[in-house]
Order: sequence, then C-alpha cells, then structure tokens
Amino acid sequence: MTNMAQTKVPMPEQAPDVRNRNFEEVALGYTADLAMEEATRCLHCKNSPCVSGCPVNVQIPDFIALIAAGDFAGAYAKIRETSALPAVCGRVCPQESQCEGKCVRGIKGEPVAIGRLERFAADWQMQQPPVDAQPPVSNGIRVAVIGAGPSGLTCAGDLARLGYEVTIFEAFHTAGGVLVYGIPEFRLPKEIVRREIEGLKAMGVKIQTDMVIGKVLSVDEIIEMGYRAVFIGSGAGLPQFLGIPGEGAVGVYSANEFLTRINLMKAYLDGYDTPIKRSRAVAVVGGGNVAMDAARSAKRLGAEQVYIVYRRSEAEMPARKEEVHHAKEEGIEFRLLNNPKRILADENGRVCGMECVEMELGEPDASGRRRPVEKPGSEFVLDVDSVILAVGTSPNPLIRSTTPGIEANRRGCLVVDESMQTTKPGVYAGGDAVTGAATVILAMGAGKTAAASIDAYLQQNN
Amino acid sequence: MYRILDKRRLNDQVVQMTVDAPFIARKVQAGQFIILRIDERGERIPLTVADFDRAAGTVTIIFQTVGATTQRLATFEPGDEIADFVGPLGRPTEFGAPKKAVVIGGGVGCAIAYPQAKALHEMGVSVDMIAGFRSKDIVILEPEMRAVSNHLYLTTDDGSYGEKGFVTDVLKRLLTEESYDLCIAIGPIPMMKFVSKTTEPAGVKTLVSLNPIMIDGTGMCGGCRVTVGGEVKFACVDGPDFDGHLVDYDELMRRNSFYRDEEAHACRLEAQIHD
Repeated sequence: MTNMAQTKVPMPEQAPDVRNRNFEEVALGYTADLAMEEATRCLHCKNSPCVSGCPVNVQIPDFIALIAAGDFAGAYAKIRETSALPAVCGRVCPQESQCEGKCVRGIKGEPVAIGRLERFAADWQMQQPPVDAQPPVSNGIRVAVIGAGPSGLTCAGDLARLGYEVTIFEAFHTAGGVLVYGIPEFRLPKEIVRREIEGLKAMGVKIQTDMVIGKVLSVDEIIEMGYRAVFIGSGAGLPQFLGIPGEGAVGVYSANEFLTRINLMKAYLDGYDTPIKRSRAVAVVGGGNVAMDAARSAKRLGAEQVYIVYRRSEAEMPARKEEVHHAKEEGIEFRLLNNPKRILADENGRVCGMECVEMELGEPDASGRRRPVEKPGSEFVLDVDSVILAVGTSPNPLIRSTTPGIEANRRGCLVVDESMQTTKPGVYAGGDAVTGAATVILAMGAGKTAAASIDAYLQQNN
Repeated sequence: MYRILDKRRLNDQVVQMTVDAPFIARKVQAGQFIILRIDERGERIPLTVADFDRAAGTVTIIFQTVGATTQRLATFEPGDEIADFVGPLGRPTEFGAPKKAVVIGGGVGCAIAYPQAKALHEMGVSVDMIAGFRSKDIVILEPEMRAVSNHLYLTTDDGSYGEKGFVTDVLKRLLTEESYDLCIAIGPIPMMKFVSKTTEPAGVKTLVSLNPIMIDGTGMCGGCRVTVGGEVKFACVDGPDFDGHLVDYDELMRRNSFYRDEEAHACRLEAQIHD
C-alpha cells in the first residue's frame, strides 16, 4: 500500500534554541518505524527519475523497497554497491537538486525523503556488530591517491575492491578532507567519517597522513616509487578574499580558518590546544553551505548576533535549503541584498564594524543569476567584532606547479578528459581540484569514474 | 609518529631537537619550515628548520618555550615521539648571488639566522653576522655563528656581553664601513622592522623570515596573510621570506597578538624578547 501523505515523515531534530548552544548533531535520524513509514511513499516509478539525479547512481527505489520490507541490511548493501560513503551522503548531499528534485512525488507535495532514508540505512548498519571484512585478493598493482577527501576516498575504495594496492597521501594529520575540516560536527559527526575511513582501511587501503604532495614528494617521484597510476583529489582549499579595505584587520577570518580551528582542531572543546575567539557579533559573508556552517558555528560558540551577509536574494543562495532553514531557526539573521564595502577597525586594529551597501537585482549574469547592483547612498555599518569570509575557494596550485605535463585552466582547475585523465598519462584527477568548489557527491562521482578509468588503463597497460 | 633523536638545551628557554623525518630531510632547503603537532589534542605550530642531515634523514628544530605547545614539547626527551611533523613547507630562501652579506639574528631568531649564514658561507659569500640578545645568559650558538662568519658582532640589551645596545646600532656602523649587497634579518618583528628601516636608505636588499599565525601551512587557512608592498601574501606558500622593505610589520604584529589572551604566558615572555 503506497503511503499517499503529501509531506515527508518529519525527522526528529534537536530544538533550535537548544542545539544552537551545542555541537551535537542537529538531525537525529529516523527510527525504524519512521523509516518504514516514509519508505512506503515511494511510487517505484518504472523509469526511476531519482536515479538519474544521483551522481553515483544509487539504485534508489530498490533500497527504499528493502527498507519498506524491513530488510535494512539489504538496503544498506544495495546503497553500498554504488556509494562509498552512504552515512555521509545521507547527511550532506543537496538532495533537493539531485534525487529528490526528480522525484515524482515532489510534483504535488514533498518528494520522498531519499536522503533521510539513505542516512537511516547507513546509521542502522553502523549499529550492527562489525562484519569481518575480508580484504579483496591483491592484484599487486599499486595506485596512489592524493588527498583523503570525498573524491580520493571514493576512488581508493573502488580501486581496493578491484584488488589494487592503494595508498592515499593526505596533507593533514587526519583523513577526510572537507568532511573533517569543513563540515561541522552538528551536521556530520566526525565519528561517522572515521568509521567510513576505517571501513576503507579494512579493505586494505593505506593512508599516509602529513604528506604534502608537491612539497615532500612530487607526482613524478610517486610514479618512480612504483605506483602505476595516480589520482589527484586535492580539492579546492585556497580561500578567496574580497579585496576590500580592512581585510587585514584582527578578527577577519576565512571560513576555512574558522571552520578548521573548530572542526579539525576541536578548538571549541576543553583540553584541545588550538585557540579560538568567542565573538560578540559576527558577520559571515556569503550564501553557500560554508557560510551557513560558519554562521551556525559562530552562534554555537556564543555569539549574540550572527549575520549572513549576502549580496543577492534568498532565491539565488547556493546553500542547501535545509541549511538555510536550520540557520534561520537557530537565530541567524539574514542580511540579504547587502554587500560589504569595507571592514572597520579600532585603534588596535581589531574589527569594530563592517560597512555594507544595499543591493538590488538587475539583469541575469553569466551564471544565470540576476546580477546584484548597488543602491547608491544606501551604505550602513553593521556592528560586528568578527568577520568571516565564505566567498569561495579555488584549487591549490601546489601539485600543478610541481608536476610537469599537467595542465590547468585559467581558474587553476586541472584539465581532464571524460575518463578523468589529466594531460599527463596515467595521472587522473577529480573533485574540486577539477571543478572548483562543488559538492561532496559530485566529487565522489568523479572519484568513481576515475577509479573505473584507472582500472581500464591498467588492464590495458599491464 | 616522529621520533626525537637528540635534544639540547641552548639556554633556559631555548631547546634544540633533532627529529627522525627522512622524507622531509631529503627535500628541505634553507628557509623552509615544518608544522608539528605534539599529540591528538595539540595545536599545529610552524617552526623554521634550523638544520638537516639528508644522509641521516633528520631535521633539527630550535624553539623557544613561549606557548603551551613549546613548553610541553620542551619536556619531551630523546626516544619520545611527536604525533605530526609536516614539511618542508614554504619556499626556500632565494639568496641570489651576493658578494658580501650581513646576517642578523635576534634572540631565538639566531637559530634560523645561523643556517642562513652557513648556507651563504658555503656558497663562498663573505658573511658578517650580528646577533642580539637581551643578556649574556641567553646567548645561543655563539661558536657556530662565529665559524661561518668573518665577524660575529654580539650585542646585549643590558651590556652583560658583547656590545651594549641593539643589533641596529652595530648595523648602522657597519653600513658606513662595509658595502653589503644582501641583508638577512630574523628575529622579533620589531627587530626586523627596524633593521629594514636601517637598510632601506642604504639600498641593501633585505630578506626577513616571517612566522605568523597559521594552521595548515599549505595555503588553506589564510591566517598567515601579510601585506607586502600593498599586496596580500600568504606567508606559508609565498614566504616565509619576504622583502623586508615592503612588509607591513604593524599589521603583522597586531595579527600575531590576536590570541594573546588565550596564551597569557606567551605574552609575557615575548614582551621580554621584544624589549
């Protein structure tokens, strides 16, 4: 019997005025009963439009049917056939523009809560006693993966399953990339990332942390060491700044710095050495997921006022709808159609305000979004003591500048063909290093494609 | 994990450690730095490499016990291990082809000025060194610095050893007597600022090595941004060496003091060095 309710079964959450004071996970996940109830909303459309919206091709109606039937282990196994990180994707994918965006139920009412169901299956599996994973039989061929973020982990996992001996080189002291330094605990508990990575290790993937490729080893040296192919998933880690006066003031951070202090270095917890400032009033500039994460983190650190300052309107915001919704619930104040002009500092060079100007939307620009234009004379000062800039990131030049034969475009993104091979034979790349800042799931899709291409390449060249 | 092979106390507050880090030792060049993290709860701190031995696969660091991390690190002994030791980071020093250079170290900055002088000395450059300390009891690396320079000029603020005064006093005199085509200054920010102010009218190319707040050391956090010649640079990837005549030292000093309240003890000790 199909459940014809027009809305998703709500997922239990921490109350907004409670959760904006802690870093525990906001959404608590479905119980088995709630998941089975939501699963019966799926119409099992013949052409599965949802699957076409998934960058890693998860067989969505199939796993949902298994949940509806109470076969949670089967549901997890079904997702795991194509997705390396189900517990992560269920939490951070922009489902509204992917699978759920294509769901027929969404035409009249809300789509099936595919993300919540994926999360349920993954979380259920984590509660079960670990199965003794047998590492696949090695084929003795070594492959190197640079960067332990979503694309690298996916690529490594797929290659390991095929029998390759995979070593991941990670620059930070902890594997996970943006999943550990960028996305906060309250949205993606680090224990979940850790367990997903343990799963990869159980399959024989080796992870060498503290290895900044391009500095300690070059890609060519990795190849000389006996790695037959290399995948570069080094992300888009360089923060952009606005280039407005006052950015050198004390109390101006990139969102990368602010979030890394909190998420990776655990500066918000007692007993950790990395310092973090507790601000009174914070302006976060930007309208993406990173801006939401920074704003909600600042609130949790105790800021009285936290503003999102975004130069376009809410319709143009690139953040997931759920993040915007959660941020509003938690008391983040949205200053839309506002653009920073300069950051003001006191006599000690510390931030004491940010001058903004009001904007209005004009004609669509190259991105298809309406271009914001300043309203003359509408300048005003926002009273803040910290400014966090979440206005985008670009790929790190470290690898391309030390790897002869590898080409990048004008934005610094590595050039690849449809198989994800770079301009250097045997060297593949994917994720934000290729696309510029994008999503976890797109990076995973690229890692997956690259793994298949690397396999084909090595089969041919063996 | 990275094993500590050797430890030497250079004075009450300055410790030298040699760490087993073969990958870094193979690549590192003068002027580059490492980032270390003591343990799972530690912070990541940058330290410029003081020396290295490619054959032995070791990297030597010298640090002053000014913050929580360096104070704790100073209690580690040979055989103990450091959780993380990442590098080599930053660009190597670009010495160019000088004929005569003056290398200036202030306090623990001598730990980095010394290898720079050594590198120049080994390139066949004629090197004078000026080393400034607060007082006699904290003088470090005197024989080492003497060995790689034609003249080592030692100053102390209180006159308890060498000449009484600041490194800039000696520098001003030398600039009238000698003709240098390179100056390297490494030490507290005010020292580098005043050295640069002194060499600027004389037109002597001056390199300073900056050590701002940073987390990753690969260009990711942007915490280490400094204004150099009106442009924003990241010390971790564009530096740590910069043209001393172009650095906005006042901004750097303000930015470096941001977490002073969180590291109150560090504040007190650094204030002494900055005297």
